[in-house]
Amino acid sequence: MNDLWTTFSAAIGQLLSGDPELWGIVGVSFSVSVSALLIALLPALTTGFMLAYFRFPGRWAAISVLNSLLAVPTVVVGLVLYMLLSRAGPLGDLNLLFTRPAMIIGQILLCFPLLVAMSLSAFQAADHRVLETAKTLGANPWQAFVTLLFEVRFALLAAVVAAFGRIIAEVGSAMMVGGNILHHTRNITTAIALETGKGEFVQGVALGIVLLVLALVLNVSLGWMQSYSRVLRHGA
Amino acid sequence: MNYLPLLLIRFVLATVMIIVLALVSGRALADSIRLATTTSTYNSGLLDYLLSHYAKVSDTGVQVIAVGTGKALKMGENGDVDLVMTHAPNAEARFLDQGFGIEAQGVMFNDFVIVGPEDDSAKVSAADTVTDGLLLIAASNKRFISRGDDSGTHKKELQLWQHLGTLPTFKGYLESGRGMGHSLQMASEMGAYTMTDRGTWLALQDKLALRLVLESDPRLINSYQVILVNPTRHPHVNIDSARKFAQWLVSSEGQEVIGNFRINGEVLFVPAAKPPAR
Repeated sequence: MNDLWTTFSAAIGQLLSGDPELWGIVGVSFSVSVSALLIALLPALTTGFMLAYFRFPGRWAAISVLNSLLAVPTVVVGLVLYMLLSRAGPLGDLNLLFTRPAMIIGQILLCFPLLVAMSLSAFQAADHRVLETAKTLGANPWQAFVTLLFEVRFALLAAVVAAFGRIIAEVGSAMMVGGNILHHTRNITTAIALETGKGEFVQGVALGIVLLVLALVLNVSLGWMQSYSRVLRHGA
Repeated sequence: MNYLPLLLIRFVLATVMIIVLALVSGRALADSIRLATTTSTYNSGLLDYLLSHYAKVSDTGVQVIAVGTGKALKMGENGDVDLVMTHAPNAEARFLDQGFGIEAQGVMFNDFVIVGPEDDSAKVSAADTVTDGLLLIAASNKRFISRGDDSGTHKKELQLWQHLGTLPTFKGYLESGRGMGHSLQMASEMGAYTMTDRGTWLALQDKLALRLVLESDPRLINSYQVILVNPTRHPHVNIDSARKFAQWLVSSEGQEVIGNFRINGEVLFVPAAKPPAR
């Protein structure tokens, strides 16, 4: 398997040489996925909070729909969005197809259900006394929400990491609504798909390494923060 | 815990800024056009080569979307791109007849070839014509990878089967549903035959365990046309810049660049501002 090793070391070399095209592709992935996550985060947390703390008709239906949305394939999201954003579709006048904002919208749709579902279970697992104490101390609903957010911050962080992992690694929606245009909408995953088609495995491997290192860093830092907070609490 | 609301405000501001940046960066180029073209021109490296030369004479950014011919024409029909460069004469004629495109011009041609496993177990290289070759593959029930994606190459291959009067229903006939590069690699991994344009074959052959088994049949000519998306139907298309690019492609300068594009010293595409007389 000499070939495998040659490819791998060439990929490391390409990463270290600071190849601008390669890092530009990484930049597209990050700007799209971070934007999608930031836009989706607050609405998703609010939705999760409301589903956890308010009883209203249709609540269970809403939760069931959300949980089913977790399983929606990325290509289906891409397909629906493509039809909506195409010039021939209802939102064609926005001129968004094959742009980064289109990719961002696709990824928002993909991470929103995940963020809601994971924050919902975080809020449900939280100690109800936190909220009651906050209310007794005269907190308005917004302050109570913020207090609770702080209380379950690590579970929420885990939700954010999971959501980021889902969208930065997805290829279906990005390929369809982004179009894989160099310097514009070519991100890590669509580039890997393209380079493999050209038989250029080196760049594909290099980009794959970026994704793996990213996953490792995110999860290690999450674990570190959690254990650090435990030490703090026990110390106090 | 007073700092949390502050954090939230900062977070919202940052979000807004990122959205604005994302929207702006998508339109950063002063002038740009979108070209839907085939995976054969892209995977061979021709498009990158052409665009690096076009960048010297024009400020227009050309954004390339590489898909099969069928999909490229569909994008033109919907007005999602400004121009297309494809290689399926019949489908292109329909596209023009229905008023989706205007000003079609022949740009270049090359030819299709049949490639297969090193041992050529179906003895295709002994065949005189491409139809005989395909019959040999079908008769010996060897594996044949079809693109199966409504691309120009796929349309051509189906025409050849049609010409034989049979549908490719033998068990070894597999549809990859992917681009030319992926399909060639599948054929290489599986020891299968496939039909490819010569450009992609020359660009990839060093990485494949395949060899050329059949070529030079007049039926295998593969010509590329550039077509502008009809601005009467889609007023938003960037017709002026698209026309300039198309005219550059067929100009003596653009044609020279196409003729100069070589891999391992071999010409991949023959410039043909007028389509070959066949």
